Amino acid sequence: MNLRRDVFQAIADPTRRAILLLLATQAMTAGAIAANFDSARPTVSKHLQILTECELLKQVQNGREIFYSVNPEKVKEVAEWAEQFRQLWDERFNKLETIMKKYQ
Amino acid sequence: MEQKTKIHAEAGKQELRVTRDFDLPLELLFQAYTEPEIVEQWMGTKVIKLENQKHGAWRFETTDPMANVHIFSGVIHDFLPFKKITRTFQMENTPFEAQLEFLDFESVEEQKSKLTMHIVFRSVALRDQMLALPFAQGINMAHNRLQEIVNKLI
Repeated sequence: MNLRRDVFQAIADPTRRAILLLLATQAMTAGAIAANFDSARPTVSKHLQILTECELLKQVQNGREIFYSVNPEKVKEVAEWAEQFRQLWDERFNKLETIMKKYQ
Repeated sequence: MEQKTKIHAEAGKQELRVTRDFDLPLELLFQAYTEPEIVEQWMGTKVIKLENQKHGAWRFETTDPMANVHIFSGVIHDFLPFKKITRTFQMENTPFEAQLEFLDFESVEEQKSKLTMHIVFRSVALRDQMLALPFAQGINMAHNRLQEIVNKLI
């Protein structure tokens, strides 16, 4: 099975990207994560399962509760986060360049 | 082809650097940052206030494709024409805290210039979250083009 392709498929979904963003600064339980979405709890659980299977999320047992957190190594491997930010600025700067060339 | 815009964001650091080489003389590059009508065009925002001076303030208002209004603002700590702008940046009404931005403008040759944007965040987590923002929102070129078209219709 192509794991790399799975990672990109995992992050292609907007809800799963929102989950990653939510967990970027804190570890949360499945219940707390689900409370942030309109989707049914089983739907959110399915998203968590996919993200965990491709190692974008880690599970940590704390007493009876399981906390989910982002796996930084895997995310770094994907490198998509910083790339989108770079593209956003690249596009703005391209526009700046085009506009200012008219003033030359 | 080598990328004109580069990003340096080391893991575990609360800062990042964006560098860009322009086929523009330094004067024009700097002008793009100081003239409100020009800032509006390339940043895709409305400029409410832009005081290009030490201890000045700035405020931009942007409407996204979903018609939500976002306000970005800050103060200008230092302003050296054609050389440097030091300012704070904050997205109002969000959990993001103010970030410190150092913009260095350099002339490379007569028709070429370079911008270095050094951004310092309050924490590593906030930096990572800011980096993740365009990704999470699914901002891409097609999306921006759509916004451009929508803006023209309004």
